[in-house]
Amino acid sequence: MDHASATPVKKQVIESMIPYFDQYFGNPSTVYDMGSKIKKVIEEQRSNVSQLIGAKPEEIVFTSSGAEANNLAIKGVALARKKKGKHIIISTIEHHSVINSARFLERMDFEITFLPVDKYGMVNPAHLSRVITPETVLVSIMHANNEIGTIQATPELADICREKGVLFHTDAVASVGNIPVDVNVLNVDLLSLSGVSLGGPKGIGALYFRNNLRLMPLIHGGIQEMGRRGGTENVPGIVGLGKASELAVEELTDKMNHLQKLRKCLVDGIHEKIGHAKLTGHPEKRLPGHASFCIEAIEGESLIYTLTHEGIYSNTGSACASKALKTSPVLMSIGIPPDIAQGSVVFTMNNNNRIEEVKYVLEKLSIAVAKLRALSPIWRKKISS
Amino acid sequence: MYSEKVMNHFSNPRNAGVIKNADGIGEVGNPVCGDMMAFYIKVKDDMLEDVKYQTFGCVAAIAVSSIVSEMAKGKTLIEAKSITKNVVTDSLDGLPKEKKHCSNLGAEALAKAIKDYEGKKSD
Repeated sequence: MDHASATPVKKQVIESMIPYFDQYFGNPSTVYDMGSKIKKVIEEQRSNVSQLIGAKPEEIVFTSSGAEANNLAIKGVALARKKKGKHIIISTIEHHSVINSARFLERMDFEITFLPVDKYGMVNPAHLSRVITPETVLVSIMHANNEIGTIQATPELADICREKGVLFHTDAVASVGNIPVDVNVLNVDLLSLSGVSLGGPKGIGALYFRNNLRLMPLIHGGIQEMGRRGGTENVPGIVGLGKASELAVEELTDKMNHLQKLRKCLVDGIHEKIGHAKLTGHPEKRLPGHASFCIEAIEGESLIYTLTHEGIYSNTGSACASKALKTSPVLMSIGIPPDIAQGSVVFTMNNNNRIEEVKYVLEKLSIAVAKLRALSPIWRKKISS
Repeated sequence: MYSEKVMNHFSNPRNAGVIKNADGIGEVGNPVCGDMMAFYIKVKDDMLEDVKYQTFGCVAAIAVSSIVSEMAKGKTLIEAKSITKNVVTDSLDGLPKEKKHCSNLGAEALAKAIKDYEGKKSD
C-alpha cells in the first residue's frame, strides 16, 4: 500500500533486461557489431518511452532516476539560459530534487519564487501569471503530488508560460503510468519520469525536453545521450524502462478503473469507520490509487509500525517519522496544523492490490487507530470536551 | 531502526492508562513539537504504588513511557528520581540518534508528577 515509494518490477520487464547483463553486455559506444546492436536497442527503448508520453524519440534523455531528471531539467535549463534571466518559479509542494536543485541555484545568484498552493494543493494559474517577470527562465510545477495525490491544472499553467515565452517543466514521476500523460496535451517543455513508479527497475529515469531545447549537461563525459549526459548507458535499466513503458500504455485504462474502485472503497471506509480523519489533497482531482489522510490524536510513525505488524506497508508525512523531525512541507503548504499533520498516513495502491486487501487494511487500520487513541492524552481531552 | 526491546514495549505498552484521583500528574511536550506525555502516580508511604501514563507520539515515545512506568512502579520516590534519560535509553537497548532527546520525555514527565505530588503534600 506504499506504491508511491516503489512498484514491483514486472516479470516481463525483468525478463527483457536479463540478456543485457551478460549476453549483450557490450558498451554501446564501441564500433564493432555488438556495440551498434545495443545502440539500436537503446534507440528502440527511447521510442517506447517517448510513445508513453506522446513525445518524439529524440526528445528523451535517459537519466539515473526521476531525481536526476528533475536536476537536469532545473539546473540544465537555468545554466543554459542564465544570460537570458536568473529567475525560477517552483511550487512549495515540489519533490526534494526540485526544491534542492532550486536552492542550489539560489546559491549561484538565481532568484527563486515559491508559489503557494491552496488547501487542496492546487497552484492558482492567475497567481503564476502574476509572478512571472521578464527575468523568469523556467517554471517547474509537478503534475501530481506523491504525498497528497493532487493533480494540477497543468495545461492551464503551461499555457500561461508558453504565452509569456517561459519554459515549463513538470515532475511527472507520480503520474506517469497512473493517469494519461501526454506532453502535447499538457503543453509542457520538459517532463521527468522514473522507472520506480512504472513497474520498471530502480536506477533509471528519463527527461523529456521539447524540440532540441538547450540543456547544460550535469554529468560531463562522452557524447552519450547526444552529449546531454555523459557516462556509459545503463543498458539493462533502459531496456527495463522501455518495456515498462510499453506495458504501461497497454494497461492504463484498466488500471485506472481498478484503482478508482479500490480508492473509493478505502476512502469511504475510512470516513465511515474512523471519525476525525481528514482526507488530504483534492477530493476528485487526485491520482486514482492515492488515499491520504490525517487522523486526529495519533502520530503517523506509530500507526505505520502498528500496521507493519499486520503486514501492511504505508507511509506518513509526520514530523516524528522524518530524520529531520520536521513536518512534511507538503502538509504545511496545504495549511494542515502541525499537530494534525502528525497523524498523516498515505496509502498508494497499484494494480496488484485487490479489494480484499483494501478491506483487510480498513479492518486493521480501525484497530490500530483505536489502540493508539486509547493511549493518547489528546484523544482523551478531545472526547471529554 | 528500533531495538527489539523498543518494539516489544511499543507493541505491548505496560501500565498504560489514567489514574483517577492521582496523587501527582506530570504533563510534558506538546503535540505541535511531536510528542506529548502525561504521567499519573499514586503514592503510599513514599512509594510509587501505581504509575500510569498516556502518550501521543512515535514508537520511541510510547516505548519510553512504557519502560519508565515499569521501572518506577514499586520504587521509592528517591529511587524513582534516579531514572534519567540515559538510564531509559540504556534499558531500551538504545534509541535512534534523532529520537534520544525529543521522544525521551518519560523520565521528565515522571519527575514532574513526583514534584506535583510533593508540592501538593507540602501545601
